[in-house]
Amino acid sequence: MTWEIVIGLEVHTQLSTNTKIFSGASTAFGAEPNTQADAVSLALPGVLPVLNKGAVERAIKFGLATGAHIAPRSVFARKNYFYPDLPKGYQISQFDLPVVGQGSLTIQVEPLSGNAKPYEKTVRITRAHLEEDAGKSVHGESQGVTGVDLNRAGTPLLEIVSEPDMCSAAEAVAYAKALHTLVRWIGICDGNMQEGSFRCDVNVSVRKPGQPLGTRREIKNLNSFKFMQQAIDYEVQWQIDTIENGGKVHQATILFNPETGETRAMRSKEDAHDYRYFPDPDLLPLEISEEWKEQIRATLPELPQAKRERYVASYALTPSDALVLTASREMADFFEGTVKLLLSKGAGTLTSKEYPTAEAYAAKMCANWIMGEVNAQLNRDNLDMSQCPITANQLGGILARITDETISNSGAKEVFRTMWAEGGDADAIIEAKGLKQVSDSGAIEAIVDGVMAANAEKVAEYRSGKDKLFGFFVGAAMKASQGKANPAQLNEVLKKKLAG
Amino acid sequence: MIESSLSQMGAALRAKKISSVELTQLYLDRIAQLNPELNAYITTRPEASLAQARAADARIAAGTAEALTGIPFGQKDIFCAKDWLTTCGSKMLHNFVSPYDAHVISQFNNAGAVNLGKTNMDEFAMGSSNETSHYGIVKNPWDKARVPGGSSGGTASAIAARLCAAATGTDTGGSIRQPAALCGISGLKPTYGVVSRYGMIAFASSLDQAGPMGRNAEDLALMLNTMAGFDERDSTSLQRDKEDYARDLNKPLNGLRIGIPKEFFAEGLGNDVAKAVEAAIAEYKKLGAVIVDISLPNTRLSIPVYYVLAPAEASSNLSRFDGVRYGYRAPEYTDLADMYEKSRAQGFGAEVQRRIMIGTYVLSHGYYDAYYLQAQKIRRLIAQDFVEAYKHCDVIMGPTSPSTAFKLGEKGDDPVQMYLSDIYTIAVNLAGLPGMSIPCGFGDNDMPVGLQIIGNYFDEARMLNVAHQYQLATDWHSRVPGL
Repeated sequence: MTWEIVIGLEVHTQLSTNTKIFSGASTAFGAEPNTQADAVSLALPGVLPVLNKGAVERAIKFGLATGAHIAPRSVFARKNYFYPDLPKGYQISQFDLPVVGQGSLTIQVEPLSGNAKPYEKTVRITRAHLEEDAGKSVHGESQGVTGVDLNRAGTPLLEIVSEPDMCSAAEAVAYAKALHTLVRWIGICDGNMQEGSFRCDVNVSVRKPGQPLGTRREIKNLNSFKFMQQAIDYEVQWQIDTIENGGKVHQATILFNPETGETRAMRSKEDAHDYRYFPDPDLLPLEISEEWKEQIRATLPELPQAKRERYVASYALTPSDALVLTASREMADFFEGTVKLLLSKGAGTLTSKEYPTAEAYAAKMCANWIMGEVNAQLNRDNLDMSQCPITANQLGGILARITDETISNSGAKEVFRTMWAEGGDADAIIEAKGLKQVSDSGAIEAIVDGVMAANAEKVAEYRSGKDKLFGFFVGAAMKASQGKANPAQLNEVLKKKLAG
Repeated sequence: MIESSLSQMGAALRAKKISSVELTQLYLDRIAQLNPELNAYITTRPEASLAQARAADARIAAGTAEALTGIPFGQKDIFCAKDWLTTCGSKMLHNFVSPYDAHVISQFNNAGAVNLGKTNMDEFAMGSSNETSHYGIVKNPWDKARVPGGSSGGTASAIAARLCAAATGTDTGGSIRQPAALCGISGLKPTYGVVSRYGMIAFASSLDQAGPMGRNAEDLALMLNTMAGFDERDSTSLQRDKEDYARDLNKPLNGLRIGIPKEFFAEGLGNDVAKAVEAAIAEYKKLGAVIVDISLPNTRLSIPVYYVLAPAEASSNLSRFDGVRYGYRAPEYTDLADMYEKSRAQGFGAEVQRRIMIGTYVLSHGYYDAYYLQAQKIRRLIAQDFVEAYKHCDVIMGPTSPSTAFKLGEKGDDPVQMYLSDIYTIAVNLAGLPGMSIPCGFGDNDMPVGLQIIGNYFDEARMLNVAHQYQLATDWHSRVPGL
């Protein structure tokens, strides 16, 4: 009998404001400990919080991007507990009245195993609320002493809580990635997972189909998609094994250890805190007018899901290609820029039986190059799209020279490599490197004649039925042309001449 | 000079009849002489005060003096003042030298006033007798065997003993008005939000409000002009046009409708206090006022409501005092939890611990609805009573405190008896209204009696007018304790 997996996510996204949510201290990452801890961050006696409008704007933006209800009135509450990196002894958060209500995110799931096909799924978002981050406890700098760094204390967070709508690690990862894309897309979070700007808590439970929800355990603070998948897989198996061996799952907070690939309980429900939430009397209720909301709506760009749909509908791309090309706004902009240039510069050359329209031809070609060459080079150089050394226009310039048959595919790759390393424009590189392909039929015939004369024995073998030798002749002729021969033409001439 | 009003003092300074240094020295000498017994000040820094006085004299010489330039004030030790030890009456902050100025402190500094010292107070403003201060009890100058009231007891005692020209207080449930009444001085708690709370150590944030304490209403108006105003660092500070609180001082009171709540004259009110307050009301009739009987039926619930809400907020506000970053830390502990427990058990006094426990309890899971939420609902009903009452009157009057100053130690063992001394003042904080107390006579033990004047929201100028007209007609506010 199979088990059903139920997963919900709580994601803490650090909002990209320059200053903290309740004070003017800087939020920049990586400063010397406590150099960004002002009186409010230190919770000196008598200091008071003042809400950062930029943090609210970002929360509203997120709500609008997920089709959520924006609360016209929401309330900041105090979550009380003692910890050295929580200077006030309470965290200012939102409890029963969050700024962003129910919304949703449509994700595309790329199954992790075998031949399963990609599919779409809509994940409901329960709520998203504003809160302040805590500082950091620094252990082990000197023996027996724990240091406290309050630089991060008060950094604005938007905690995004999903419904338990996901039923596999693949879906959880797809949701987390879609959210990660979205928050960077709309410019509310830098998405830097290494620096903790995007942290995921995953609630996992299992049940038999038709049964009520099982007891969940919460895997805290996952900061990579790979770990998320490993942690969920391990946890699901652990829960199934536990139940099948007659045991019970107890509600708990657990940590994933990437080195062992295992999850481990951190605290059980019994030592759960009573946070004694109550409305923060230092802050007025947050009121958001229709007007403000609409002003922010006007700044929203076309969103990833809309773009994906458009790429499939008007470019005839596959949903999987569309997903890769909308992994970030920079990626989508690069793709669209390349297509645009290719369409204008390569006008008239983009006809092919394989594609219904010039747009589809251009889009597929650009998609292949970006997902292939460009991504491979970015990975090799450990760069992301925003640091890409070549522009969409530069790449489009190369591709237009393929479609007008000035250069071959392999010639184009050489232009690309040169351009990546040294910059420059495609035509100049083609010229300088002498990569212009030979399409002159007389010249190609001469090359073919030369190759056939030098390999008379092989010609005879071919003619006696050894068809496989064709590839040898192509290679030899291409080499003789220094790679410049138009491959299609070369094939044609070879075939004709070899046939005798 | 020390019996002059603030405006007379200011005029004398600007006319160079006396220098700020001379005036400051005069008060410092009185403090040196009288404070050891009264204990009204926790901290004085004569050199720092005199440096401010010299700066004030320079400003006077340059002709850029303002109303309060050069006048020496006391500052309640709840206000953070840069380079000043700021203890809030607690061992917890025995070593806390503030790196910044509270809004109120900067307002006085900008006006060129002199800070004479930090006045004693109940620990974290929790108390009605100034007996919970870690820095010792404060004595009432009218009878040194009696309390000065609290929590602004140091301020009240210092003003009554003329150890400053005037001073600041804060009022969460009556902490300006009750000590003003018990020490025979005047004090005003403004509408919630009129004076910024920035830099004022929080007790119960939704109730705390700073205000002026002094010898007469005219002085309070001048001080409030300096203290009030929008401050973007306090989200509950109100954005309003600047106003001159002295503008109506001289208006006649003809036709003024004074509401007398019957609940303020019921069981529990001392006869001597009742007599003095009734005499004051009679005086107001002579001044042309009309008496209107009103009822504030829900005020009887104000003490239980207050002792749910104020401790709830306090339990959270005081969590920052954990021994980690500043303030008191226990000398010995075994681990983090032990460090917290010992530091807080040793750093906080009994009354503060009691309120932290009450507050923690009422916010706990399973009790929140029954206590905290219920109290919030009643708080709105109490405020509604006042809205109803102000349809029929302009100001409300009654006693500030049910008795005159009681003996030191008399109520120390009975917190509920102590809490009852604020029975007439607490509802005003719960409603966020302005309230003041002015001297209106003496009770059985020749101790001062306070008349409470409660105004409608933002009606401080009218209240000061009402108080000032009474003070023109009477001299209770000019009486000085024999020291």
